[in-house]
Amino acid sequence: MKCGVVIFPGSNCDEDMVQVLEAQGGGPVERLWHKEHDLRGCDLVVLPGGFSYGDYLRSGAIARFSPILQEVAAHAERGGLVLGVCNGFQVLCEAGLLPGALLHNGGQRFICRNVHITPATKRTALTSAIARKVLTIPIAHGEGRYHIDAAGLKRLKDGDQVLFRYCDAEGNVHEEANPNGSMDHIAGVCNEGRNVFGMMPHPERAADALLGNTDGMALFTGLLKAVAV
Amino acid sequence: MKTYKASIDVMPHDNLLDPQGKAVSGAMPNLGLPEITGVRIGKHITLRLEAKDRKTAEAKVDEACRKLLANLIMEKYSFSVEEQA
Repeated sequence: MKCGVVIFPGSNCDEDMVQVLEAQGGGPVERLWHKEHDLRGCDLVVLPGGFSYGDYLRSGAIARFSPILQEVAAHAERGGLVLGVCNGFQVLCEAGLLPGALLHNGGQRFICRNVHITPATKRTALTSAIARKVLTIPIAHGEGRYHIDAAGLKRLKDGDQVLFRYCDAEGNVHEEANPNGSMDHIAGVCNEGRNVFGMMPHPERAADALLGNTDGMALFTGLLKAVAV
Repeated sequence: MKTYKASIDVMPHDNLLDPQGKAVSGAMPNLGLPEITGVRIGKHITLRLEAKDRKTAEAKVDEACRKLLANLIMEKYSFSVEEQA
């Protein structure tokens, strides 16, 4: 089992992701510079948060044309596991590896705070090890309003591809608990093949007891279990 | 080969909330222009390109729009191409 974290110019959550993966037993983790053409045999590839290419044009729009993304797409096509968090999620959507797009938050503000999310499916490597109904995970984004057309939303729901929805502390999903105006309160989705995952909240910022929140740990437990076999 | 200049407009789809436009619309009464509503904000992009004729130039610009300059899930685009002297 081998994990890799892709680094773009402007990534800023890459070292947090490396640290968490290694602490969870997924290391030593490869740092994959975006200009590379080789995933170095990684089974799990993570696209971290940040502001790749300064978020110029649209978040993730330019990063999707980085050389490493061709390799990530081929890895995904082979059924390999890919996780994109925040900017990583935006890149995966721009690259067409995940359905939908991420628009400016409904309130037009950058939001950095803890939110509650509830897993919407157990049937993925990312969510299989989550025992709780509600997780508290921080978000930090200006462009996290998930959008997809009506037909696409139906496909997502019919295919059980919604990973997480924003909710309140009790796990109820409603307008007031939706921080950014995301369609259907969606905080994360996977592809049809259930091997590419994207989410706006940052589980790597909630996976160390020293930081006072370990709610994100179960996501890595599930992922690493899937690549260990 | 000829040199062309393209002027491209990228706008959010009409049915999508445009928070920037909404905020700017909301400011209009504050400057004494309450009759202005419906502000929507997009991008204007200009670029130069070499092509053998206008048709080829338009096809290249269209490809750039579809692949990078606009995200068709959230945006629409239009453009014009002018030959440069």
